[in-house]
Amino acid sequence: MSFLQIQGLARRYGPATVFEGVNFSMERGEFVCIIGHSGCGKTTILNILAGLDVASEGVVVMDNREVAGPSLDRGVVFQGHALMPWLSAMSNIAFAVKSRWPDWNRIQVQTHCQKFLDLVGLTGAEHKKPAQLSGGMKQRVGIARAFAIQPKMLLLDEPFGALDALTRGTIQDELLRICAATHQTVFMITHDVDEAILLADKVLLMSNGPNACIAEAVENTLAKPRDRHSIHHDPQYYRIRNHLVDFLVNRSRLYQSGKAVRPERPPVVRPGSDDAAPPPTPVAKVVNLRH
Amino acid sequence: MTLQSLKAALLSLAFLGLFLCIWHAATLPKAESQAPSDEYAKLLGKGAKKSDGFPSLGQMGEVALGHLRDPAYDRGPNDKGIAIQLGHSLARVGAGYLLAILFAVPLGFLIGMSPLLHQALNPFIQVLKPISPLAWMPLALYTIKDSSISGVFVIFICSVWPMLINTAFGVAAVRRDWLAVAKTLEVKPLRKAFAVILPAAAPTILTGMRISIGIAWLVIVAAEMLVGGTGIGYFVWNEWNNLNLTNVIFAILVIGIMGMLLDFAIGRLQKAVTYVE
Repeated sequence: MSFLQIQGLARRYGPATVFEGVNFSMERGEFVCIIGHSGCGKTTILNILAGLDVASEGVVVMDNREVAGPSLDRGVVFQGHALMPWLSAMSNIAFAVKSRWPDWNRIQVQTHCQKFLDLVGLTGAEHKKPAQLSGGMKQRVGIARAFAIQPKMLLLDEPFGALDALTRGTIQDELLRICAATHQTVFMITHDVDEAILLADKVLLMSNGPNACIAEAVENTLAKPRDRHSIHHDPQYYRIRNHLVDFLVNRSRLYQSGKAVRPERPPVVRPGSDDAAPPPTPVAKVVNLRH
Repeated sequence: MTLQSLKAALLSLAFLGLFLCIWHAATLPKAESQAPSDEYAKLLGKGAKKSDGFPSLGQMGEVALGHLRDPAYDRGPNDKGIAIQLGHSLARVGAGYLLAILFAVPLGFLIGMSPLLHQALNPFIQVLKPISPLAWMPLALYTIKDSSISGVFVIFICSVWPMLINTAFGVAAVRRDWLAVAKTLEVKPLRKAFAVILPAAAPTILTGMRISIGIAWLVIVAAEMLVGGTGIGYFVWNEWNNLNLTNVIFAILVIGIMGMLLDFAIGRLQKAVTYVE
């Protein structure tokens, strides 16, 4: 039995269906990225996993327990960092730590917070307010806050979306390092194909909404640990990258109109390894002809 | 001090000087027609020191010094020092204002949290808010039967609306993100109210409190003129009945300075809870 199982998940607002028939599973310690165009319901799926939203149909089972409502077992890193501006970096993390371990004394809380601030490279910025931190540093505090409660699963909603490319790279490296060290189970939304290939063990591809579904699960066969600077020398890299881009550009819109078959469970594909089946290009070609 | 604030201070002093000059010029003693004899003048009542008329700067200064030298004397119900009168007014404002905080902030919290309650109570608030607080006075006097407590009630009723409305608005406008953080951390409702919503809404709440203290200080003078007995408003009215404009002007000045200090105090408090996003 997988660590996380999602069965028959759907979310409808009145007559409008955002997504339906979403089935996938995650193993403990796995890093899963979900990619798809805006409006396909990625954030809604994440919010349901977080317990902030309720599914119209289907169940989420984590660690043999049904997910119903928010829980400290699932830490969330929000898109817009969501730090409380009246608290210092340290106090923001302490707020979470005190929620997790209400019986801890001040010194225990402080030591624990310091450990995670150091982990994300914010030593020295403990007492700064969010307004005094740069965008990247704010998001680091958000990540530290989520890691500090040591959740069973971490949910990241496009955490680096608002950051510049350089900062983004550094924090990706840090996230990679921390996840490798803590064997954290992570579910992350991203728009960035390269980010997904660098971080994920498995990339879920979501078709366009409304009526979106998870079309494929791409297994990332690149060897770990991965390095941002040398990863593109691996021949697998471009095969995976092309597969993902091809999906986003050509195939993601075919599932609505029935030109592509909605899978019961997303088929696992391994475009990186040599013996992988080629991506279902015929469908894409049909589309190209029509243009 | 920057150059500009230095210039501004000099300019302020210049304006003050100009104002005092005009005052002085306007109150210069008029050349009176020489009376034929002292006795005749006394018959006309001209020799006696005049108590009416606009005071000159010198008279003003004399009276002000007199008040400041002995601010807290008490010679019967109609002759109390300015500090005692001010104390009475401040006590009434303090009591009414504190009651208003205790009532408006929790209620505003509930209204802000519950759109249903907001919709249900909004008509009442909209009707009650524009009523001049003094219009409540007869009702208060009839039900409470105590003029001093009626004054407190009037302060309460005029302070309550800005605080209530601002608290409700501040609470309703707390960023969803922060509430979502509290939710995912399984924060208990009471802790969420005090550790997330209250600090998030505090600047807005304090804005309401600052508006309230201003209104309360405006209203107390009028209320005390109406109910009489004690207080700075009563002092002004009493001195008007005595035709002592010097005392009236001094009291006006005291009211202004006290109002400024009250606003300054809440302003400091507001600054302390304001955060930069």
